[in-house]
Order: sequence, then structure tokens, then C-alpha cells
Amino acid sequence: MLLEVEGLCVNYGHIEAIRDISFGVPEGTVTTLIGANGAGKTTTLKTVSGLRKVRAGSIRFEGKDITSIEPYNRVKLGISQSPEGRRCFIGMTVRENLEMGAFTRKDRKTAAYREDLDRVLGLFPRLDERIDQIAGTMSGGEQQMLAMGRALMSRPRLLLLDEPSMGLAPKLIQQIFSIITEINEQGTTVLLVEQNAAQALKRSHDAHILETGSIVRTGTGKELAGDPAVKAAYLGGDV
Amino acid sequence: MNIGFRDKLTGLPKPVRILLWILLALFAYALPLLELPIISTPGVDFGGVLFTVTIYCLVALGLNIVVGYAGLLDLGYVGFYAIGAYTVGILTSFHANWPLLLAIPVAVVAAMISGVILGAPTLRVRGDYLAIVTLGFGEIIRLTAVNLEWLGDARGIKNIAKPPNIGDEKTGLFEIPHLLWGDGTVLVDTEHPTKFLVFGYIDQVPYYWMGLTAVIIVLIADILIKSSRVGRAWEATREDEDAAELMGVPTFKFKLLAFSTGAFVGGLAGALYASRQGFINPLSFLLLYSILFLAAVVVGGQGNRWGVLLGAILVAYLPQRFREFDDFRVLAFGAALVLLATLRPEGLIPPRRTVRAKQLEQELDELEQGTDEGEEAARV
Repeated sequence: MLLEVEGLCVNYGHIEAIRDISFGVPEGTVTTLIGANGAGKTTTLKTVSGLRKVRAGSIRFEGKDITSIEPYNRVKLGISQSPEGRRCFIGMTVRENLEMGAFTRKDRKTAAYREDLDRVLGLFPRLDERIDQIAGTMSGGEQQMLAMGRALMSRPRLLLLDEPSMGLAPKLIQQIFSIITEINEQGTTVLLVEQNAAQALKRSHDAHILETGSIVRTGTGKELAGDPAVKAAYLGGDV
Repeated sequence: MNIGFRDKLTGLPKPVRILLWILLALFAYALPLLELPIISTPGVDFGGVLFTVTIYCLVALGLNIVVGYAGLLDLGYVGFYAIGAYTVGILTSFHANWPLLLAIPVAVVAAMISGVILGAPTLRVRGDYLAIVTLGFGEIIRLTAVNLEWLGDARGIKNIAKPPNIGDEKTGLFEIPHLLWGDGTVLVDTEHPTKFLVFGYIDQVPYYWMGLTAVIIVLIADILIKSSRVGRAWEATREDEDAAELMGVPTFKFKLLAFSTGAFVGGLAGALYASRQGFINPLSFLLLYSILFLAAVVVGGQGNRWGVLLGAILVAYLPQRFREFDDFRVLAFGAALVLLATLRPEGLIPPRRTVRAKQLEQELDELEQGTDEGEEAARV
């Protein structure tokens, strides 16, 4: 297991956002958390990246306990997040955003860095075209690509994606998901949070379904996509 | 002025650009000797006004790091300025007899440390609280000075050391004449020359040169820092703190660094001010000055070093230039601020990004007019 979450509880004041969640992300997979609004998906992801503090439970990355490590140090360990709502640095150009993604790297003048940049621009040709454009002036889809590309620039072992399909046109959603598969095939483990269950289940090895702060079902992507109860609740009865 | 001018400037070959900068700097150094008719201030010593302008420029550059680069609203910046001034006052006159050049480094370090002490507990909270806490800080520093006899209480500190003279006290290394402008004629005034480099009580020009040199040094440091990794980290933190953390930026440390760097420059400005003035008391460090400093930064265009310099020049110079309107000075100043806030809310020279982003947004709007959802998807 690359990432192991055990007995995780997170509160917002008195409100329990997530209750006793345990799951693992095996190395090399795409693992997905699916759930409706307010189910606790984003909170879980934020806790993994360190933006939210834990009330109880533990998070282990490559066997190492990272529960109380600061978010910026988790980046150095190899966890990188593309946050909900993209949150690109809208005043910076595409290139500067990507450079920010590589902030923790010390090899920015080397060929290895250049290679990673080319790899990201290869995944997202759109970003290559707009490399000197200010991020804030790009469309939502382009910003989503930028947020994902930026997260990849730190060369993460584990990539956290928070609702990459949110607010995008159907055609673009397809494209984003196939890029996620491509990223995974290039060797990056992905933990994905999604409301778009149909696409996400099709693309993921493992999946967990969250309801009001707890995991209610677990299985492979295929199993869950074929499960009648899941179909009824998340897939509109038909895949 | 904004884009065209900048592009023209960066389009020039490097030697030409360097030459232009040197000429500009020479002109700035020569300004008080030229005493140009319209620019010069009637009724007030021009050299003294120019010195004040350099102090405001220093302060604006320092505050711009905090407010413009790191996005931390500091309403008590005068506190650091006061700490710089008081440290010099204490060390060179009130409690010791240090030479000024030894006291200045101590003063800036003291300001920097106070920046860390103030920042460490407060920079963890975000947003408006920082403004309130810093506002209190500025006042606390002033009230401490008023109430502590050790700091000279309300009477202040006298006989603060001047910079060391270079050359003979009577004549300096050499004497530089001023120009005298009559009705259409220019005369060389050899009777009241500036002695190079004598820091006396009447002639303010050497102090101006000292201030200007400090401004140039800080300006160069500012350019280097802003274009470094640190500058980028500040920008990311200002735009989106959480996202910056996710990029691996220890945002708290960088905010603290911005705060203490700003305090450093503020302390330097205060130290130079105290030395020129020779006398300080708590009235020199009123809340009003924090507001004026912030006005310089905001009016000029926070985040753009040239903008804040222009803002500082205007805020320090205009009230002196138009002294004859005396009673209406403050009114005119206020009206000018309101006018600016309405017409150029981002400041006179906003950061290039703001300008670029706005232009692109406009282009995009024009492009997207008549574009429906389907085309939008196809376009991406």
C-alpha cells in the first residue's frame, strides 16, 4: 500500500465531517472516492494532503506516519494535490504556474526538469499553446488542465485529484478522464474524488463510496459500476 | 505609459538601457543642485524636501514588500520606522556615544527582530485580524516612547549623531555650486555651494544623496528578491495560501520573511530620518504616518516597485510644493486620493500582471461574445 488511512475522524467545530474512515491506495492504481455533496470526499483528500487537521486516526505514506506533518513537507515526500475548484495562481502565466508546481525541486536547471515539463505539456498540449498566457484568463477546462499539470510538476508518487470534472462540458470530461488514465499508466498512483461516478468507476481500479462521512461500500471499479444499489444511487439507474 | 513605455524600454539593447539608467540616476543626484524652476519648492529648502521624498521612497519600497508582494495588510508600519529611529537615538546620543554608521546596522536588525516578534503570533491568523493587530502595534510603540523616561518620554531625544563628514568640515573634498534661475536666465550660484560631503545643519543636499543612495541599494535588492524563488513564493501565498501550501511553500515562514524584510527597510528609513533630523519625539511617529505610507503604496500601485516609488514621491512632494495653498493642502490631498481611487483603483502604475490580465480578459470577452456552450467545449 502506498497510502493507508486508518480510523480517520475529522471535525469542523462540533460537526463530524468524516467518521472513522479506513482505506488504502495500492501503488500504481487509480483509487476513487465517490459520494454526493457533503459526503466528506474533499475533507478526506484535504486531510491526506495536510490542509485539514485530524481529530483521530492515522495516515501512512509508504509505511511512514505522516498524520501530523505539514502540507508543504508532504509535497516533498511525494504527495501532490490538484485542489477542488482548480485554484490556479490566476495572476501568473501558465509557465509560472507550472514552475510553482516544481517549487520544492532543486533541479530546475537540469534536463530532468525539462523532461518533466515536456511530459506535462505533452499530456496537455493546450497548455503548451498557452504557455505565456495569464492563468486567470483561461477557460475552466484549461485551468483544470493547468491545475493537474501543476500538481504533476513536483513528480509526485501519489497524485490527489479533487473533482477534476466539476463544471466542465461532457466532451471535456471524457478528455480529462482519459488523461488521468494516461498519467496513471505513466506510473503515478492516483487518488481521485468524484461525483461523476460513471466516468470515475470506469477508470478506477478500486473505489469507495462515501455517505455522510463514512465508507458504505468498497470494491473494484467494475464491481461497483455493476452493483444495482450503486447504479440506482449514483449512476441514474443505467451506465 | 504602462505597457508601451515598458515594452519600448525592454526593447532597447542592454548597453543603451544601462546608460539610460545611469543618466537617470545622475539626474536624480543632481536634482537639488539644478533647482529647476517648476519642480523646485518655493519657500521650503528643496534639498530637505528631496530628502523627505527619499525617506518616503524607502518606506514605500519596504511596505510594498509586505502589502504588495506578500499581501499582508500592515497598518502599523510606522512602528518599525520608529524602532529604527529610536535605536539610533539611544545608541548615538541618549544612552551611548556610538558613531552613526555602527548604530544603523543595529537599528535595522532591531526593527527586523521586532518584525519577527510581531509576526510570529499574528501571521498565523489570516485577513483582517492582521490589520488590527499591526494597527495596535504602531500605537503601542509610540505610547511606549511617550511613557518611558528611558526613551526620552514626550520630550524626545536630542543630538542624534550625523553621518561622518568626508573631507574638511569647512569646505569638504570640493564644493559644488547650485544653479540660480531668474527670468529666462540661468546663473551659477557660487556663494552657497554644497560641500562634498559635509553633513551640517543647514545644507540638506548631502542627506538627500545619502537617502537616494539607500533607495537605489534597496531598489536593486528588491529587484533581485522579487525575481527569485522567494518572490514567487510570496506571490503564490498572496494569491492563494492553501494552493501555495500544496505546492510545497511553507507559507508562514515566507510571510514572516516578508514581514521582517519590510521591517528592515522601515527601520533603515527611520534611522536615516533620525540622523538628519537630529531630534525625534513621539509626535514624529503618529498613526497618520502609517496611513500616509500606505497611501503612497496604494496610490502608486501596490505590487509594482515603480508605482510605489511614484506614489511616495507624490505623497511626500506635492504637499511641500504647494505650500502656498497652506490651509487647503490636506483638503486637496484628500480630494486627489478620492479621485485616484475612482479613476485608477489599482494605482497609478499597477503591476504588469494586473494590466496584462485585464487586457487579455477584454480580448477574451470580445472573442466569446456570441460563442455558445458547444463551441466553447469544442474550442478547449
